[in-house]
Amino acid sequence: MDLIATALPALEQAIYLILQPEQIMYLIVGILLGLSVGILPGLGGIAGLSLVLPFVYGMDPVSGLALMVGLVAVIPTSDTFSSVLMGIPGSTASQATVLDGFPLTRKGQAARALSAAFISSLFGGIIGAIILTFFIFIARPVILAFNIPAMLMVIVLGLSMVAILAGRVPLKGVVAAGLGLLAGTIGTAGAGGSLRIASYDYPYLVDGLQLVIIGLGIYAIPEIVSLLRQDKSISRDGKLGEGWMTGLQDWWQNKWLSARCSILGVLIGTIPGLGGSVVDWIAYGFTVQTAKDKSQFGSGDIRGVIGPESSNNAKEGGGLVPTLIFGIPGSGSMAIFIGGLALLGYEAGPHMVRNNLDITYTIVWSLALANVFGAGLCILLSGQIAKITTIRFALIAPYLFMIITFAAFQSSMRLGDLIALVAIGCLGIFLRRFDYSRPAFLIGFVLSYRAENYANQVYQIAGSRFRRSFEMGMDYIATPLTMTLLAITLLSIVVGIRQSKNIRENANVYTATKTAPALFLAALTGYTAYAVFDASGITRTGDKIFPIIVGLITLLACSALIVKMFMKPATDPVFMDLEAGGDDGNADHGLWGTLMWLVSLVVLSSLAGFVIGATLFLIGFFKYRARLSWLWSLIAAAAGIGFILFLASSLGRDFPPGLLQAYVSLPWPLR
Amino acid sequence: MISTKSRTRAFLGAVAATAMAAAMPTASAADVSFAGQTVDFTIPFSETGGSARWAQFYAPLLSEHLPGNPTVVVRYRPGGGSTTGANWFQDNQQLNDGTQIFGTSGSTQFPYLLGDPRVRYEYQDWIPLLGSGVGGVAYLSGDLADKWDGTGDNLQDEFFMYGSQGATSLDLVALLAFKLIGLDVEPIFGVEGRGDGRLMFERGETNLDYQTTPAYISNVQPMVDQGLAVPLFAWGSLDDDGNIVRDPTFPDIPSFAEVCEANSVCDTDSLGFEAWQAFFTAGFPAQKLIYLPGTASDEVVEAYREGLRDLMARDDFTEISEAALGIYPQLIDNGARNAHRLATTISPEAKQYVLDWLEEDYQITLD
Repeated sequence: MDLIATALPALEQAIYLILQPEQIMYLIVGILLGLSVGILPGLGGIAGLSLVLPFVYGMDPVSGLALMVGLVAVIPTSDTFSSVLMGIPGSTASQATVLDGFPLTRKGQAARALSAAFISSLFGGIIGAIILTFFIFIARPVILAFNIPAMLMVIVLGLSMVAILAGRVPLKGVVAAGLGLLAGTIGTAGAGGSLRIASYDYPYLVDGLQLVIIGLGIYAIPEIVSLLRQDKSISRDGKLGEGWMTGLQDWWQNKWLSARCSILGVLIGTIPGLGGSVVDWIAYGFTVQTAKDKSQFGSGDIRGVIGPESSNNAKEGGGLVPTLIFGIPGSGSMAIFIGGLALLGYEAGPHMVRNNLDITYTIVWSLALANVFGAGLCILLSGQIAKITTIRFALIAPYLFMIITFAAFQSSMRLGDLIALVAIGCLGIFLRRFDYSRPAFLIGFVLSYRAENYANQVYQIAGSRFRRSFEMGMDYIATPLTMTLLAITLLSIVVGIRQSKNIRENANVYTATKTAPALFLAALTGYTAYAVFDASGITRTGDKIFPIIVGLITLLACSALIVKMFMKPATDPVFMDLEAGGDDGNADHGLWGTLMWLVSLVVLSSLAGFVIGATLFLIGFFKYRARLSWLWSLIAAAAGIGFILFLASSLGRDFPPGLLQAYVSLPWPLR
Repeated sequence: MISTKSRTRAFLGAVAATAMAAAMPTASAADVSFAGQTVDFTIPFSETGGSARWAQFYAPLLSEHLPGNPTVVVRYRPGGGSTTGANWFQDNQQLNDGTQIFGTSGSTQFPYLLGDPRVRYEYQDWIPLLGSGVGGVAYLSGDLADKWDGTGDNLQDEFFMYGSQGATSLDLVALLAFKLIGLDVEPIFGVEGRGDGRLMFERGETNLDYQTTPAYISNVQPMVDQGLAVPLFAWGSLDDDGNIVRDPTFPDIPSFAEVCEANSVCDTDSLGFEAWQAFFTAGFPAQKLIYLPGTASDEVVEAYREGLRDLMARDDFTEISEAALGIYPQLIDNGARNAHRLATTISPEAKQYVLDWLEEDYQITLD
């Protein structure tokens, strides 16, 4: 066969190229760098790749490729650490892993969750490479079949996962998702540039809210604050239960699930324009829907880790397809990867697959090899790293506060990043406290931009076709592909609604008065109403229609909730308030006092700059909150500052300057 | 040819002025050394765009050719369609020792030319060091090949769709060109990059598109060979006198100026064409510029100019720059100054013409 005749020699050549000791060495350097950067919450592949780009220029192509591929390949592997251990989604790829991974950690099963996640990643990465090796020849027509209506349907399918993640009171899930979508519309509209909520007088919001800040605010801050209040370790009883071997066995028992999710990951990753943002949610939804016993999802089911983790590494392989054969980056890190290829003298595009098939295969299989090394290393480390969950949390929290503040600042290098982090953090705390689905909010936010753009584009293109003839319009929107996706979406919503009560973050219902939940709902309703009002003032139809429609639907759900609150007694789940009992209600420290520590870091930084601010914060925290001796407080603070200085200097990053820096000129790092 | 002439005159004036300046004794760069220092090469974009690629290409080469071989680090200050970073550079002009340089792009020039309210920066305060250009080719769907005769006159009754990143982005050049030759184009806004626009074209959702040179060669040329696409015109290049000539990469494809001349509704003497030329220059032949802060000492400026001269004189420069930059001239010294001048000036009438057009056709206002 023609295909085999072309593929085999190139494959052989590629394997020969990869297995040179020098290439393996560069691959491992890339993997180690990727692991070190990816393990930190909020810093991902983009930071890592820009770290190596200066060195890539002038390297021999295969070595340069090995370095970059090693790095890209392990980011979705290493960011699993923060998702599972801290409940902080390390990057878009690991959002869904948090849902079951973190509850497992709280039960003391961190090592098990980690090793199951890594073996799934490893497997997904290899499946991805195998599929790609052949798929790359026929991918072109497949990708071209995904027109905008089909991509819109994939986004809608992603949004339909809200149904299954909506939580105990489905209406609250709708409100959370609606708010997420609205939060995603803040700033300049993608099409006409009209401003929404933002104003040029306060330029920060003009660019919209960044995903890093939303992820850290909605997940990281509420979890860190909650853990810190209890003053225990992350693992509730301070012990490590099941070890990493159990995780491997778990994976083996679910190997078919893992295989299915891997294939799903490659296919969705292949579609350019989706950027992998939906992959892990769809994989999670798929895992839940196909499971027989659903009672443990959301409170620590190992399958909830295996599904998304199998898909997210496979997705990186899939993402190579549009990158290599169309020259269109599937994600931010792929965009830098294309830039790196150019520095090595290769221009991504159809001719690359045709003329440089050996190089193409080198990339594909380096990716697989990097997955094996990276995930293998992580499995071996998982038992050791999991021990962090047995340390008193008050010793970890200040470092986490420092790192997430630093990471948040990297999104636009403005003080506004830190203010936004605290503000979104407060929203996250309330969403968690009153049992609004945070995953639903996050899905809404992540998909908002694309949902709006694609909807507008489909409306425009289909509209002009319908004007010419009805058939032309139908030919465009009612393709077999879109119809199939529509059917899957409807099925997923129906199945999701039926099962959503089984999937919940909190097993027990705690309620207190009606006042606090009602006030929060009133605030959400007020914001939604304001967003609709604000959007209705925009002149350009294309820029206002989406926020208005989403806002009105959210308002409708809010009204229904308000009615429900009037009808039901104060003990109904609709009045859920975590402060009324359980871990949070019985915590040793107050909510606001604990949050004030983060606020103090931000305030000190804005006065004296980040390095001075963080130094004072760390010393103060270790001395007065963690109650260490002066000597140990100083040592612990010095270690933290030393680490962040090393990180910033090697990544070439700046620190937030404060008021002091506006008057006094200081040398780096105090600048 | 009033408008073109006045621009040419301005250009020649600039040449004369810089020639005089060159004749005067210049500061000596010999005493300047950046040994052990770090030069921040800031760009107002994220790590993922074309500008990052351009800056990453130049950073190690600058390091190699500047006296004392400083470490050159690319720093990213994205936001506000590059206005955030440019405002930041404007606020940090006091650094005069050459450890701070700034790279702009067409997306930085356009808001400046249009008077965007976000713009607090002033190009004329800065010192231009280098200008990098690029070209672009517009093409249409192969089934309309018969109706393309080099003028666009037979396409007036057709209906076109074009995937656009936004009317005030670099696409302004394309949209205005289509309007000037009388094409009925409905832009589909919200496309994330030219690559996505090309994909829409390949899927048959749009029937008109443009790509920058490298993407055209690697991704559109195969479609042209199969008859799926037909090139209309390349934007063109500027010759030493500031006239629009054919793009040297595409000697067989007419420049937009030629098509406009041949077209029955387009006129190269019109205000519309003058406006197009201003944005074309800022968006393509003078797309990316490197600046020093205005306070930089003459010695520092001269050290940079000398380093860049050395770099351009390298025998292997064409070879190493081809994949990253294409085969466009990299302008230094007077060339950079002229590129800077042309990319950052527009007559008030031409500016108003564009603002009126944006509001009328797309309901886009800039306040």
